[in-house]
Amino acid sequence: MVVEISCEEVWREISNYLEGEIDVELRARMEEHLRGCKHCTAVLDGTRNMVQLVGDATAFELPARFSHRLYQKLDRKLADDRPSRNEE
Amino acid sequence: MSCIDQLDLTQRGHEILEVGASPRSSATTNAVLIKRQGDSCEAELIERVLGGDDEAFRELVRPCEHAVFMATQVILKNEADAEDAAQEAVLKAFTNLANFRGDSKFSTWLIRIATNEALMKLRKQRHQKLHDSLDEQREGEEGNYVPRDFADWREIPSEAVQKKELQQALSRALASLTPKHRDVFVLRDVQHFSIEETAQLLGIRKSAVKTRLLRARLQMRDALAPGIDGSWSTGRTEYEQVRPW
Repeated sequence: MVVEISCEEVWREISNYLEGEIDVELRARMEEHLRGCKHCTAVLDGTRNMVQLVGDATAFELPARFSHRLYQKLDRKLADDRPSRNEE
Repeated sequence: MSCIDQLDLTQRGHEILEVGASPRSSATTNAVLIKRQGDSCEAELIERVLGGDDEAFRELVRPCEHAVFMATQVILKNEADAEDAAQEAVLKAFTNLANFRGDSKFSTWLIRIATNEALMKLRKQRHQKLHDSLDEQREGEEGNYVPRDFADWREIPSEAVQKKELQQALSRALASLTPKHRDVFVLRDVQHFSIEETAQLLGIRKSAVKTRLLRARLQMRDALAPGIDGSWSTGRTEYEQVRPW
C-alpha cells in the first residue's frame, strides 16, 4: 500500500523527480498523489515544460553580425600568432 | 583564486542528461545526433588545426557559435559583455586546443570554457559593485517555495519558441531570479551541466545545487506561466486563463 503524500511534499521533490533522483518508494507515492491532484500535475507539467523550453537553443537569438565580429577577432589572433608559430 | 579560475581546461566535459520522463528538447536531440555523426569528423578537424590549418578551427567553432553565445548571455544578461566573453572563450579554446583530450565533444569543452569566462566576468562585476541585494541576504535557500500559479500549460506551441516575446519573457524571468539561484539554473537547465558539474563549477555542495534548482525552477515556471497559459498559445495580447478544472 502506498503511503499518502501532501502537495507541499510533492512540490519539494518536483525538481528531484524530474532529475530522476528520488527512490522508488517516493516516486510511487508522488505518482499516486499526481493521479488525483490537478494542481500538482499542473505544477509538474509546467516545470518540466519550462525546463524543456529554456534548454532549447533556439530560445535565445544571436546578435546581428555576431559571427562576423567573432571571426574578425579570431583572424587577428591567428595573424598575431602566425609569426611565432612559423618560428617553431 | 576561485574554483572557476582553477578549472582544468583538459577535464572531461559534461554529458547531456535527459530530464525526467519528458520528451527530449530539439536542442538535446540535435546534440545527440551531432555527437553520433560528428565525433570522427571533429577529431579530424582538430588534427588539422593542430597541424596548422586555421580554416579547420572555424569549421570546428561554427556549429557551436549559438551555444557559446547562449552560455555567456544567460549568465551575464548583457549582450556586449556576453559577446566579449564568447569571443574570449573561442580564442582561449584555440590557444589551448592541444590540451583538449577528446574525451568529450569539442562543443562541450568550448561551452565549458565560455561558461567559465562568463562566470569570471560576472564575479569581477559583482566584486566591483558589491551589490548583493538585501532581499537575497534575507532569503534563506532552505525555505520552501510555494507555487503561485496552478495554470495547466503542459502544451507549448512550437511556434511560440521562435517568438521574440517569449525570448524577452525568458530573459525577464531569468533576471527575476537571485544571482545564486540563476547561476545554478543556467548551468543545469540552460547549459545542461550535470548537478555534480554545476556544484563543481560554483564551488558548492550538490545538495545546495538541488535546493537552489528547485526554487529556481518553480520560480521560473511561475514567471512564465501567464504567457504560456494564455496569450502566447492563442496569439492574443490579453491574458487568457486556462485551467484544467
